Amino acid sequence: MEKSTYYNPADLAKFGNVADWQPEMGAKFFDYYGEVFKEGALSEREKALIALAVAHAVQCPYCIDAYTVDSLQKGADEAQMMEAVHVAVAIKGGAALVHSVQMMNKAKELSM
Amino acid sequence: MKSLHAQHHALADTSYQLTVLSEAEAAGARLPAFAHKLRESGLLPLRPTELAVMQVNVGKMCNQTCRHCHVDAGPDRTEIMTRATMQLCLDALAQTTIPVVDLTGGAPEMNPDFRWFVEQISALGRQAIVRCNLTIIVANPKYHDLPEFFARHRVRVVSSLPHFSAARTDAQRGEGVFGRSIRALRMLNAVGYGVEGSGLLLDLVYNPSGAFLPGNQAGLEREFKQRLLREHEVVFNNLLAITNLPISRFMEYLLESGNYESYMEKLVAAYNPVAAANVMCRSTLSIGWDGQLYDCDFNQQLDLNVAQNAPSTSVLSTPPPCKTGLL
Repeated sequence: MEKSTYYNPADLAKFGNVADWQPEMGAKFFDYYGEVFKEGALSEREKALIALAVAHAVQCPYCIDAYTVDSLQKGADEAQMMEAVHVAVAIKGGAALVHSVQMMNKAKELSM
Repeated sequence: MKSLHAQHHALADTSYQLTVLSEAEAAGARLPAFAHKLRESGLLPLRPTELAVMQVNVGKMCNQTCRHCHVDAGPDRTEIMTRATMQLCLDALAQTTIPVVDLTGGAPEMNPDFRWFVEQISALGRQAIVRCNLTIIVANPKYHDLPEFFARHRVRVVSSLPHFSAARTDAQRGEGVFGRSIRALRMLNAVGYGVEGSGLLLDLVYNPSGAFLPGNQAGLEREFKQRLLREHEVVFNNLLAITNLPISRFMEYLLESGNYESYMEKLVAAYNPVAAANVMCRSTLSIGWDGQLYDCDFNQQLDLNVAQNAPSTSVLSTPPPCKTGLL
């Protein structure tokens, strides 16, 4: 019997099926999605690396799989991919850490 | 690393490779046959067009043992084309107007008659292409003047460089290959190859170093040009992005790494009717090191000959070769 988990790798290939229950919105989303990832002011490789970083920030296993493959296909190497992840980590970590200013403010307010 | 042939590996047998491939096809309706996809696109039967390229594999001998090699080439392969077979190819060429002769291997330059063959092709006024693995140029002093030799005969040089990072290139082609390839590229640049206005064409071939498909060719070309110029002062003309076919050593890699099935799914999902209409077998005559005839390099490596009544170069002299006739 197939092991039941919240995330099934095979579901990634079914992403397009989300349009089944709302074709109009689904089509609009996927058209937009396709447009976003086309080469523009940023190259396809740069966009794949941004997506990879965001995938880590939002901790989406589907997206991590998809954009690891996409980054490799667009010519990124391991060093670029790991640097992209560190950008996400720096922002996520920084976002937590910057709140410590509030902590410091509050602590100072309450302290002699 | 030894070739599959030297290891007596099961996959060294092409009939076994064909069995694996046909099993994948039979495994489920998820993977439709290529012929089925062609029929859907109105391309079946896929007929030959004009014969544009005579591709000659002058031998399986190579100074490298790349992990993805569809020829299973390497230093332990001794099969090379004789001058007599080359002469048959030239006799056939002389009777046609085929404009391009594409020389491949192994490392074609390791065949002792390679330079003679290029000179004869050049004398017939045909464009020679050499599939140069780059490292051969720096492998031994006797090969150091290859760039000058290529330039003298206006040979178009087409060279594999799977990545602008050393780690990804070496993972596929062997330790230290990237560094030696860069040295060879600089030697080619020094005689004018890849330099704008020189008329000496140097194209690089990108193929994925793993179980994934290549991305957009134009985007990869821009990336390669920027990185190679900035980091290594190397220039080239075009980047050709190609897909690894799941045969021979690449098939072994896919099976060993557990990627075979998902790779086949990726290939099927990426089926492109426009590309299918322009596959090289429609306009190529591929000749094996032993003179056997095929309609493309990949079929050659699977021992899938052209029609049985035209099995080798010995029949090329009469009647004149014609792609339609051969098939």
